[in-house]
Amino acid sequence: MTEPDRSDSKAASQRAGAARRRFLLQMAGAAGGATVIGLGLGVFSRQAAALPASAVRPPGALPEDRFSGACVRCGLCVRACPYDTLALAELGSTVPTGTPYFEPRRVPCEMCPDIPCVAACPTGALDRGLTDIADARMGLAVLVDQETCLNFQGLRCDVCYRVCPLIDKAITLEPQHNKRTGMHAMFIPVVHSDACTGCGKCERSCVLETAAIKVMPIAQAKGELGRHYRLGWKEKEKAGRSLLPHDVLELPVRRPGGGS
Amino acid sequence: MMRAAGAEAIAAKGWLRAHKWLLARRVSQLGILALFLAGPWFGLWIVKGTLSSSLTLGALPLTDPYLLAQSLAAGHVPYREALIGAAIVVVFYLAVGGRVYCSWVCPVNMVTDAAAWLRRRLGIQSAKAPSAALRYWLLGATLVASFASGTIAWEWVNPVSMMHRAIIFGVGAAWAVLAAVFLYDLLLGLKGWCGHVCPVGAAYSLLNFAAIPRVSAAARERCNDCMDCFTACPEPQVIRPALKGTGSPIIKAINCTTCGRCVDVCSKEVFRITTRFDHRRDSHEQQALELARGPGSRDARPAFEHSRAG
Repeated sequence: MTEPDRSDSKAASQRAGAARRRFLLQMAGAAGGATVIGLGLGVFSRQAAALPASAVRPPGALPEDRFSGACVRCGLCVRACPYDTLALAELGSTVPTGTPYFEPRRVPCEMCPDIPCVAACPTGALDRGLTDIADARMGLAVLVDQETCLNFQGLRCDVCYRVCPLIDKAITLEPQHNKRTGMHAMFIPVVHSDACTGCGKCERSCVLETAAIKVMPIAQAKGELGRHYRLGWKEKEKAGRSLLPHDVLELPVRRPGGGS
Repeated sequence: MMRAAGAEAIAAKGWLRAHKWLLARRVSQLGILALFLAGPWFGLWIVKGTLSSSLTLGALPLTDPYLLAQSLAAGHVPYREALIGAAIVVVFYLAVGGRVYCSWVCPVNMVTDAAAWLRRRLGIQSAKAPSAALRYWLLGATLVASFASGTIAWEWVNPVSMMHRAIIFGVGAAWAVLAAVFLYDLLLGLKGWCGHVCPVGAAYSLLNFAAIPRVSAAARERCNDCMDCFTACPEPQVIRPALKGTGSPIIKAINCTTCGRCVDVCSKEVFRITTRFDHRRDSHEQQALELARGPGSRDARPAFEHSRAG
């Protein structure tokens, strides 16, 4: 290495200037590139974070919008599951890549009382606030197809009811008149959201080619009353008397077929 | 036609010694994979989980700190295990050098090494790699994207966790991401992914300022400017200050991955892996003598007389 002469110093400073410009340009390029990629990632991740209806999260999973910020996709819950229920989503599947899920029609959740998957999660994507597996709300079973459900045909299949770990709480059989025969009863399986954990045993064991009862994400399965909405008979029960004086309101009697 | 880097080293030291650190790294990389795979393959549960977060022997939690930083940015405060796991990883890599992760642990290193090797074999010269600063901008951008989207943003594309998960939990379409990284390094950017893009490596490089093991160009007087170390090094810019400067011979740049490839490919045994406190420099004469006498040394000529072959 030789020190540049004084006569070279101007050229040297020009070279330094060019190098600085080059450096700044490179930096700007890198910053711009990173911003574009970051923006793309941000938008993409919001879209990709949606969970398909066929997939159910493990018990205790945070709501989906918080789950994808909490789950590091390590698979420790999958390893803790004794029944091979849980799997990590492979890249290219419809479930966000690397996140744990199960498909009830393939393998349902066996509802282990010690909830090992939740205990194994190091980040809290599966919330340890869940201590009683009966409080899990992985999804909600919905009898989606009355046209094929055998009990709706007046048969006594009852399988979904029989396999339900919370039989008579999460699924009950409600007798109804069988209009087709005119003389029999139908026993209609009814799911109760205050007890159903979404374990998927009913969907797994539905005897049809395609299950008539399916576990769906609660957001898809459940309706919600307007907050201002009051059911008269419940208000009456709460108050112990009717809140309306008898002569205030006269309601028309409406019957199907237009009769009155 | 390019001369294969390390050809002189193989001639001078023998194949095995010219690949010592490379072999050690492959043993480390594959050994770590084997620890993860012993469970699912043989029922021998030593390590559960993946590089993202794992539990060793039911007691030692380890969590990737960059992943956790994104999770925090996304607004999630993780449980203590994950925080402790990340703290252990941070302390470990502060001691051994952050980017040791890249060359001794990360499975993608084998993919990009293969691309670099094939690139040299095929004599591909294209150099479309972006600025090496991109990774740091990307590191920042992924944290901002995590904050804005509430998700762990880089995990949607991260080839590191995808490859590791693919090997341990099932492949899916992860091979496509790895093929993309391989082709990118092969055809577009020389040492492009690991050296310019990957924000995981960038995050680990931030833990690389106090590493105890370091490469030293201890015998830099012997350098015959064959350029093999620059060709083989995944971060060639880190070599010059130590090799050509007048100060400490220790390579202290935070992007040195301590892979030891420069040690391997140098026929003059200029480099060695030592500690950051070892500022000794092998004196010229003594080295020349050693080289002349040294066991296993086929090149008996003193270094200063040696002229570059080919």
